[in-house]
Amino acid sequence: MAIDTEQAAAPPAQPPAPPAKDLVMHLWRGDESGGRFMEYRLAPQEGEVVLDVVHRIQATQAPDLAVRWNCKAGKCGSCSAEVNGRPALMCMTRMSTLPADQPVTISPMRAFPIMRDLVTDVSYNFEVAKLIPAFRPKPRDPDGLYRMAQVDIDRGQEFHKCIECFLCQNVCHVIRDHEENKLRYAGPRFFVRLAELEMHPLDTLDRRDYIRRDMGIGYCNITKCCTEVCPEEIHITDNAIIALKERLVDAHYDPIAWLGRKITRRPAPLGAAQARQYTGAAHAQPPAALPEAQDDPASVPHEPGTGG
Amino acid sequence: MTGNVRHDFDVVVIGAGGAGLRAAIEARQMGARTALVCKSLLGKAHTVMAEGGIAAALASVWPQDNWEVHFRDTMRGGKMLNNWRMAQIHALEAPDRVLELEEWGALFDRTADGRILQRDFGGHRYARLAHVGDRTGLEMIRALQHRAVSIGIDVFMECKIVRLLKDDDGAVNGAVGFWRETGDFVTFGAKAVVLATGGLGKAWKFTTNSWECTGDGMALALWAGADLIDMEAIQFHPTGMVWPPSARGLLVTEGVRGDGGVLKNREGERFMFNYISPFFAAETAATIEEGDQWYANKVDFRRPPELLPRDEVARAINSEVKAGRGSPHGGVFLDIASRRTPEEIRRLLPSMYHQFKQLADIDITTTPMEVGPTCHYAMGGVRVEADTEATTVAGLYAAGEVAGGMHGSNRLGGNSLSDLIVFGRRAGSSAAERALSHSGTAVISEAQVAEITQQATSYFENEGTEDAYAVHRDLQETMQSLVGIIRVEAELIEAKEKLAELAERASNCVVEGGMRFNPGWHLALDLESMLAVSNCTTLSAIERRESRGGHTREDYPGFRPEFENVNMVTRLVDGKYLIAQEPKPQMPDELAKLFEEDSH
Repeated sequence: MAIDTEQAAAPPAQPPAPPAKDLVMHLWRGDESGGRFMEYRLAPQEGEVVLDVVHRIQATQAPDLAVRWNCKAGKCGSCSAEVNGRPALMCMTRMSTLPADQPVTISPMRAFPIMRDLVTDVSYNFEVAKLIPAFRPKPRDPDGLYRMAQVDIDRGQEFHKCIECFLCQNVCHVIRDHEENKLRYAGPRFFVRLAELEMHPLDTLDRRDYIRRDMGIGYCNITKCCTEVCPEEIHITDNAIIALKERLVDAHYDPIAWLGRKITRRPAPLGAAQARQYTGAAHAQPPAALPEAQDDPASVPHEPGTGG
Repeated sequence: MTGNVRHDFDVVVIGAGGAGLRAAIEARQMGARTALVCKSLLGKAHTVMAEGGIAAALASVWPQDNWEVHFRDTMRGGKMLNNWRMAQIHALEAPDRVLELEEWGALFDRTADGRILQRDFGGHRYARLAHVGDRTGLEMIRALQHRAVSIGIDVFMECKIVRLLKDDDGAVNGAVGFWRETGDFVTFGAKAVVLATGGLGKAWKFTTNSWECTGDGMALALWAGADLIDMEAIQFHPTGMVWPPSARGLLVTEGVRGDGGVLKNREGERFMFNYISPFFAAETAATIEEGDQWYANKVDFRRPPELLPRDEVARAINSEVKAGRGSPHGGVFLDIASRRTPEEIRRLLPSMYHQFKQLADIDITTTPMEVGPTCHYAMGGVRVEADTEATTVAGLYAAGEVAGGMHGSNRLGGNSLSDLIVFGRRAGSSAAERALSHSGTAVISEAQVAEITQQATSYFENEGTEDAYAVHRDLQETMQSLVGIIRVEAELIEAKEKLAELAERASNCVVEGGMRFNPGWHLALDLESMLAVSNCTTLSAIERRESRGGHTREDYPGFRPEFENVNMVTRLVDGKYLIAQEPKPQMPDELAKLFEEDSH
């Protein structure tokens, strides 16, 4: 895929406005067959978020610019993208938090196939969702009610905050750079979903074998990238994934059964060498950011929490 | 454009918010082959933005609560314009629908004895809203979404329906739409269609609504020959963000006031005590001292005026700002910081805390919020039969915000989420019943499909110079300034003329680029819906020469008896919008009695 960075960095043909005043935006435009960053310049406005600027570009300079969004309030999780290489919701990223003296790059999420411009094909997630064994509640109390203590649902409510922005899926190195793993790996969003079901005080179904065997939780090696990008600040790794892994260990600490399963199981989890953060070849996807944006430490993707 | 694929189902549900999901679940559970078609991805519908809660007389906090009290609150909140039977069904069935959500995995906040906790909201006599912090809509849509997926409903995402199809007898038998991703057209054949497309707020400049709320379902119904009612009744939520400019209109949940937050003007005065209308005087606290005691003791004290129904509060804020007593950015102050501890605020209102922190750099645990009215909800909509949600066109049903009648001229907070699941279920059931009693496959006119497709793609060939974004901006300016919270005849007539100009411009929009995920094209098509509903709202607003609920006429203040018992009906006949006043259903005596007693 050709990335025409020279073109993107070149000033537009029109007489340029004072560079210190204008916002310089580099938006990835293209489709599955390829594309490049296009430069747009426009005057800043007070208090704007990245999505506002994208909308203004759409309304004044690029009417067919494809971008997915709904609520513009951080509640629906539609406008996920990579802003200066950092996965984020465009509606909750204020322009004032980005370095003012350099272009702002916006590219689509990299773990998913491009549809057009900033819109990716996230159908993988909806397919995984269909595989999750559904909630199976115990019967109600004789008076027709369910009773649950608040303390017993606090953790479940944390998981229910998930807005399905799929940023955690996007940064998870098991699938970000390894399309083939999508066949056997549910990803952080769905470990959260499985954890919420497993910890639901009314649920009666045991999904532990299934989580280990079919959802591929063993592939996760706890780099916490998912937790760091979660806009809802769900403790995905600590509260969902590690908790699930512990439950699996408890259920499977039977040496004979364990050996039997080990022999028939799918390949072992990915090693550290295979797990690279935000780099490596993507499938028909743009790089995380333009070179000039990567020079600034503030705009470079953060360090993974505990290493790969 | 490539081929027009056809899918046949028993029931096609358009819209996948709370009402659409609940309708599809019911139809599927009854054995109907059911399709759910939505303009966005599944789970992103505007329902996720609902914050405060679901109103249902569960009586888990106040045993005095019951369906009759809820019914009465709803009717009075709607200034008695509600379809009484819908309000009754709603109050009766909401508790069961909420408990059902628990059965599908929802986790509502709990009381000390483990039951569903309920919170105070405007216009509700008792604490009645089942909730999850301030993200109740998300909880509801996820519970419904998981249920829908687990029972195998076919979901068609990012598909915009442009027109409904009708058979020779005039019954709806399908719909034509296109995939936003590819621009390819698709035809759905159906024995029954349920509209659950939500509201129309995107026709106004300052709104809590997401991009999808463009009045599609109301317009689809209108174009198919169905009646709309009471389109003048638009709710301006009293508390939207006013700063920064890009966040203007964003919802600040009524839960802030339910949990003790108060409204103050720039002089620090709790001004709502100056705006208690005679209609609510008997049930509203007269002094600050009385109002503050109500939170703990609802039997002996009356509720503070900050918790009057939304139309009352929105008008009061509007008046304060007009009188020069507003906040620096043209709103008023909503103060929870001085009423609750920071820990309580973060626990009760986590997403409000987050929203202000992130978008406005304001810590609501220490600083009052600046808020003002914002376009929020359409009380009016497609006319339906109360028990079945059947519209005036055979084979077509409607539920949720797209339908009219349930909320009269003003909706109480919390009554929307319960409306979705109560009437979504009933619409799905009626649609399935109709579908299962009809055999065979829909006979669809190829000519109809071709004409619809031709019209929808004509924007690519237009020779004009109009741009959909500019027309949309001008439409929003028009509706905001001329058909806003306070209305007057001369301005409404001006709006009507401007809408005609805008419709002319919209039909001349030129779309740049191709058919694949092209927002400029999508907007041109959404404009068709927005213009249709804006016309209906404006015509109804001219015709209702009184002030009632979400419709305030400066030139006709107060209720007028000749409008008390009429619905404003709009319909499209031979391409012309017609308006008529028609009598609303009359409440039976045993229910009317509930309104004779004093509120205490």
